[in-house]
Amino acid sequence: MEAGELCQQAKLYKLDKGTRMSEVRVLVGTKKGGFVLTSDGKREKWAIDGPHFAGMPIYHMKASPVDPNRIYASQTSDWFGQVLQRSDDGGKTWAPVGNKFVYEGTPGTHEWYDGTPHPWEFKRVWHLEPSLTDADTVYAGVEDAAIFKSVDGGQNWQELPGLREHSTGSRWQPGAGGLGLHTILLDPTNPKRIYIAISAAGAFRTDDGGDTWRPINKGLRSQYIPDPAAEVGHCVHRIALHPSRPDVLFMQKHWDVMRSDNAGDEWREVSGNLPTDFGFPIDVHAHEPETIYVVPIKSDSEHYPIGGQLRVYRSRTGGNEWEPLTNGLPQSDCYVNVLRDAMAVDSLDSCGIYFGTTGGQVYASPDAGDHWAAIVRDLPAVYSVEVQTLS
Amino acid sequence: MIRVILPYHLRNMAHVDGEVELSVEQPVTQRTVLDALEARYPMLRGTIRDYVTQKRRPFLRFFACELDLSHESPDDPLPDAVANGEEPYLVVGAIAGG
Repeated sequence: MEAGELCQQAKLYKLDKGTRMSEVRVLVGTKKGGFVLTSDGKREKWAIDGPHFAGMPIYHMKASPVDPNRIYASQTSDWFGQVLQRSDDGGKTWAPVGNKFVYEGTPGTHEWYDGTPHPWEFKRVWHLEPSLTDADTVYAGVEDAAIFKSVDGGQNWQELPGLREHSTGSRWQPGAGGLGLHTILLDPTNPKRIYIAISAAGAFRTDDGGDTWRPINKGLRSQYIPDPAAEVGHCVHRIALHPSRPDVLFMQKHWDVMRSDNAGDEWREVSGNLPTDFGFPIDVHAHEPETIYVVPIKSDSEHYPIGGQLRVYRSRTGGNEWEPLTNGLPQSDCYVNVLRDAMAVDSLDSCGIYFGTTGGQVYASPDAGDHWAAIVRDLPAVYSVEVQTLS
Repeated sequence: MIRVILPYHLRNMAHVDGEVELSVEQPVTQRTVLDALEARYPMLRGTIRDYVTQKRRPFLRFFACELDLSHESPDDPLPDAVANGEEPYLVVGAIAGG
């Protein structure tokens, strides 16, 4: 066989391995249940399974990277409170696990919207973050803001109280959706380091596995608080990192897209030429650590795309220079929102980007954002989207 | 046997159809009925009463014998008709949200 043929064979093998042999599983939490969408590596035809937990709000679903068939789901409602669901077979069947979330000690108060003291009360789990190394270990970010940890597959939950008991805790105020801890990022190179973000307290980091935490908000400026550069009080909407470079963080704040190159010690704005720098989700390309995605929307109060045109914006330069991605997305009369946990990427050779809308559509791009299509169109309002790349 | 009727979503969680029948030791009160219910169906813990305060969740109501018992003491005896199984004890989701 000639060298060129070998090369071609290798290319075909890679294509085969990267597309046909893989499966993608998309976990979609909605206002009225959870859905599991699956496709092969081509990502053209999708099977829709659900609704699971029909009628119940599912804030977040996420699978263990250690055991991809282990999936955790946060079911929460005003009627029946918090329920944690777990699947051990890739989302085919589910069973409730532990739902006892009790703050350590006497929780005290945080600030209410008007600045008055308000008792700390557990309301719901916003975000679940399974451990990178142990399928039975999972973290939960909750409202009112705190982080809990389970080491037995979600049966029992223990607060890591050092965060809530931070000296600034009594000054934290809720965002419009509540005082929710919505982002948990585990550093793949340092098991002691975790980043979290709270609306509207800001971002925090632990370097000792969760015992102690410190605010990492230097460089953020927020005009809606008395001191725009305060240590806490910033409405951080989402933080993302690339696992190969966990000290580089990208943030979508209430307003402003921000970047840190030193694990959050300092931030600088990279909103650049975005038409608006308000938005909720932000994510990073699976293979290009400088390629990031946001969905700008009009706000403070409208929370829908400018001019009814749904556009993802991509920066290939780690911020500042942004390009609109529109191919396959509605460019008129579209007034949906994309919530903070509703964007994710797969890790196939041609990186897939996914996001869900409050209008019930889940869009996917199998080519890093160049072309989009709705893989399902009429779900309940989408709260969260997570993606698994299965080989 | 004490008869309990759960709302749709809790029946789904507990994997039961129709009424639940429970053996409850005296005295038959809202607390002892709910304790027995949660002992039989542990997945319902925290869904009817708050884990910490043991108070009724605000969007749930408790009815029996055409009475609203939601605001009665959980330790008051339930009506005889509930205690002897003639009438069910109902956990009802409040109508809210349109």
